[in-house]
Amino acid sequence: MDAPKPQAVTLTIDEREVTVPKGTTILRAAESIGIEIPRYCYHPGLSSPAQCRICLVEVVGAPKLAASCVTEAMEGQQVRTQSEPALEMRRGVLEFYLANHPLDCPICDQSGECKLQDYVHAEGREHGRSREPKRVFGRDDFGGDVLFYGDRCVMCTRCVRFMNEMAQDPRLAVVERGNRSIIDTFFDEGVEGSPYSGNIVDICPVGALVSKDFLHKARAWDLEHTPSVCPNCSQGCNIEIHTRDNLVQRLKPRDNPEVNQYWMCDYGRARYEWLNRGDRIEAPLIRTGERDARAAASWEEAIRAAAAELGGAEGPVRAVASAFVSNEALVALATLVEALGGGEIVFRSPRTVGEIPLPGFEKLARREDLAPNREGAEALGMKRVGTNDATGGLESLAAHAGKLVVLGDELEDAGPEFGAEAAAYLYLGSYPTEGAGRAKVVLPITTFAEEEGSFTNHARIVQRYEPALQAPGMARPAATVLEALRAALGTPAGALAGRRGS
Amino acid sequence: MAYPYTHEKEVRLLSRGWGDPAARTLAGARAMGGYEGLAKALELGREKVIEEVKASGLRGRGGAGFPTGMKWSFMPKEKRGPHYLCCNADESEPGTFKDRELLRWTPHQLIEGCLIAAYAIQAEHAYLYCRGEFFEANQVLARAVAEAYEAGLAGEKILGSGITIDLTVHQGAGAYICGEETALMNSLEGRRGLPRVKPPFPAAAGLFNRPTTINNVETLCAVPHIIKNGGAWYRQWGSEKSPGTKLFCVSGHVVRPGNYELPLGFPLQELIYDVCGGFREGRRLKAVIPGGSSVPIMSEAECLDCSLDYEGVAAKGSMLGCASVIVMDDSTNIVKQVRRMVDFYAHESCGQCTPCREGTTWLSRILVRIETGRGTEEDLQTLLDLGKQMTGTTICVLSDSAAAPVASSIQKFRDDYLALIRQGEAVGAA
Ligand SMILES: Cc1cc2nc3c(=O)[nH]c(=O)nc-3n(C[C@H](O)[C@H](O)[C@H](O)COP(=O)(O)O)c2cc1C
Ligand code: SF4
Ligand code: SF4
Ligand code: SF4
Ligand code: FES
Repeated sequence: MDAPKPQAVTLTIDEREVTVPKGTTILRAAESIGIEIPRYCYHPGLSSPAQCRICLVEVVGAPKLAASCVTEAMEGQQVRTQSEPALEMRRGVLEFYLANHPLDCPICDQSGECKLQDYVHAEGREHGRSREPKRVFGRDDFGGDVLFYGDRCVMCTRCVRFMNEMAQDPRLAVVERGNRSIIDTFFDEGVEGSPYSGNIVDICPVGALVSKDFLHKARAWDLEHTPSVCPNCSQGCNIEIHTRDNLVQRLKPRDNPEVNQYWMCDYGRARYEWLNRGDRIEAPLIRTGERDARAAASWEEAIRAAAAELGGAEGPVRAVASAFVSNEALVALATLVEALGGGEIVFRSPRTVGEIPLPGFEKLARREDLAPNREGAEALGMKRVGTNDATGGLESLAAHAGKLVVLGDELEDAGPEFGAEAAAYLYLGSYPTEGAGRAKVVLPITTFAEEEGSFTNHARIVQRYEPALQAPGMARPAATVLEALRAALGTPAGALAGRRGS
Repeated sequence: MAYPYTHEKEVRLLSRGWGDPAARTLAGARAMGGYEGLAKALELGREKVIEEVKASGLRGRGGAGFPTGMKWSFMPKEKRGPHYLCCNADESEPGTFKDRELLRWTPHQLIEGCLIAAYAIQAEHAYLYCRGEFFEANQVLARAVAEAYEAGLAGEKILGSGITIDLTVHQGAGAYICGEETALMNSLEGRRGLPRVKPPFPAAAGLFNRPTTINNVETLCAVPHIIKNGGAWYRQWGSEKSPGTKLFCVSGHVVRPGNYELPLGFPLQELIYDVCGGFREGRRLKAVIPGGSSVPIMSEAECLDCSLDYEGVAAKGSMLGCASVIVMDDSTNIVKQVRRMVDFYAHESCGQCTPCREGTTWLSRILVRIETGRGTEEDLQTLLDLGKQMTGTTICVLSDSAAAPVASSIQKFRDDYLALIRQGEAVGAA
């Protein structure tokens, strides 16, 4: 049997011709040529109940306005999204919303990214005509990180549908009827413990569902958004890092149909505080005395000292990497080790038991591997050692007598004598640690949030991220530092060319 | 006869057994010719049954007046899985009380209609969705279904044929919206009674996502008579486009309110003044809502030469709907009546669509304000605008239904509104 041929239809939307596959809705067809039709209940990742009625458009010749989110585009159709009948009805729908919606924008967390404000501003009436007191529902703790402000709800049911269709953990429902309808939870725990429930806050088009963690923290317009990749497991969900005052305020998912669709897990979402840690290594440090006596140095001095240390030492080279650093840093480390004559590189990374898939999109799971770049490290031939809580496995290195390079591992369990026997010991890290105590040179490197780079996820998809924060002090990307060191050692670039991507 | 209200102008075809307890039993039903239509249908074959219903011109009695034969013919001819029939016995339109009487007096007439319809559309299962508050009707219906099974009229191999048709009576839980056909299907499936977006239409994907036909009780009750006597015979009553008899439920200020079965096209004047005995001493006609509370209200002048069929009422700017004639005399405060109806819709809106969820309540609140002397003339324009925004913009027509009486009453009884507004202003000024 032949596969059904994809048929196309051609129509005009606001006088512009567009050709889309048969079955495409008018809303999607419009979107494909950059025309945004207002919507509340429609979300590309969920079913379409066509109930908010704000996406109404005029189809020339049709007796009624069409809900563009469920109306299929037809050959030869003429659609008008900006005609007087369409605009009038949309104004009408907005007016209905405002009849009961409290305009508490100055205190609402969604202020600045609220679709009610946006649409009213774009095409609403100048004055509301409702003279009646507004309905009052009050608030509710929905459990987990979620608070519910009933009065702001526009009854789009996206949250209910997310829990039903994607989480497949139906803990929310519309109760009551008509104007008394309200979203509610079945049990006291609400969405507590449902591992993807944070997404309902993201998809709520208004400020009805808010994150307790983010509550009153920042105004949306004060946040800077940076495309990034979640560093909390090897799924590599595409995220945005939202920052203000050079601090991470929250993580939000970013669309990627292959990796995470529109979603991310609560585990990943909640783990950003480590990026805001204030205790950082801020300057290159060169040991001056026997033990911890160190002096801050310029990068030039530090690189020179490190090169002299490594270049002058005898014995084989061994290195510890981290599965939390970029591919670029890992490659640079491997190149350096190769240049020094080659040697084993190991890494440790935390693992948990069991994956937590999103039932509605099982390609997404909070992975067992809690480091974002284990694949990247293994692709370069690095070997995972230690236990599942990322400790142990370094016993043979602790007393290694040759050259020793540590990149990114905080050596939490290693103790102050780590590397005491090494002929040369170089530490590159972001946070002060006892384990670097015997290092001759300590070089401050940026976290992934402060640099450009890439991680390779569990499915071997390489994903880039961008710098969201300014690095503290003199910290620099590990890749840059290692490249400079290799150059100072006088070895040619690309020594590792043959091994990349193997 | 015991049934309280009758009149010699009635043509008692569907209501023939009303008031006679014997008609509730299988034996009684058989004595009146019951199940002869079913036997004949099985002889005729499906195609001919549908042809006969088409020939009769029978139009759906649930409100929209859609031709029944045509609706049946939308069902797929080729069967790829189960088909379903749903009998809509959820009757809850304010002013409507005809299906209840058919259910409690002549349940076998309905069962026979269901079996014939199910046979015609190749359904092996018919669901009777009966309004839960109809306690008596539910009991009577359940007994009749049991009798039909015992007699081999329902279930496997009905009347010895190779045909299997099961009947299930389902009690609704008291939501008007569950009378809307797609909400009814959701409710039967155990979900919230929310209307579904169309397309897909029920004939393509209905109950349990299978091809489904939904018919009103009165529609199905007419079917056995049509099959037994032929489509042409049924056309001896009514007009070309609205053939047959119709149950008119008359309520309000007439002397003899009640159910009357009359030929379609019967004059409204005659119904009010002759059949129902006119008004109390000293009172006169003020307004009529001819089709249940969801249609535009008619003024006295519009009632003058109105014939009660689908076209006749439409010509007067209203709709025959389910022929629930609500009659109001000149003691009526129209604003109050309209407010009550709007309250009903506000209470019963399922809440999915914004214009309906917010609009129905908003309309009601403005009407309350006017009713209590706190309204302004501007409010009338707002009411009209809101009504316009609620019409043709939602998933089902409940929203339109709530707006219709408001808009039409402002057009036709503006003085009633203005009087209340002026009164309020006068009090305010004093
Ligand atoms: C809000 C709403 C309520 C309705 N309630 C009923 C009802 O109680 N009984 C009924 O037969 N039809 C009701 N209908 C009409 C049904 O949707 C449907 O049109 C009808 O049952 C079809 O049957 P018919 O073709 O035999 O008329 C309602 C429609 C709407 C929009
Ligand atoms: S809480 Fe938000 S997402 Fe849920 S129905 Fe209300 S507006 Fe929509
Ligand atoms: S699944 Fe993994 S990558 Fe995605 S958000 Fe959760 S922790 Fe982050
Ligand atoms: S129009 Fe009203 S009753 Fe009908 S689906 Fe919409 S909200 Fe529900
Ligand atoms: S987006 Fe189309 S009706 Fe809600």
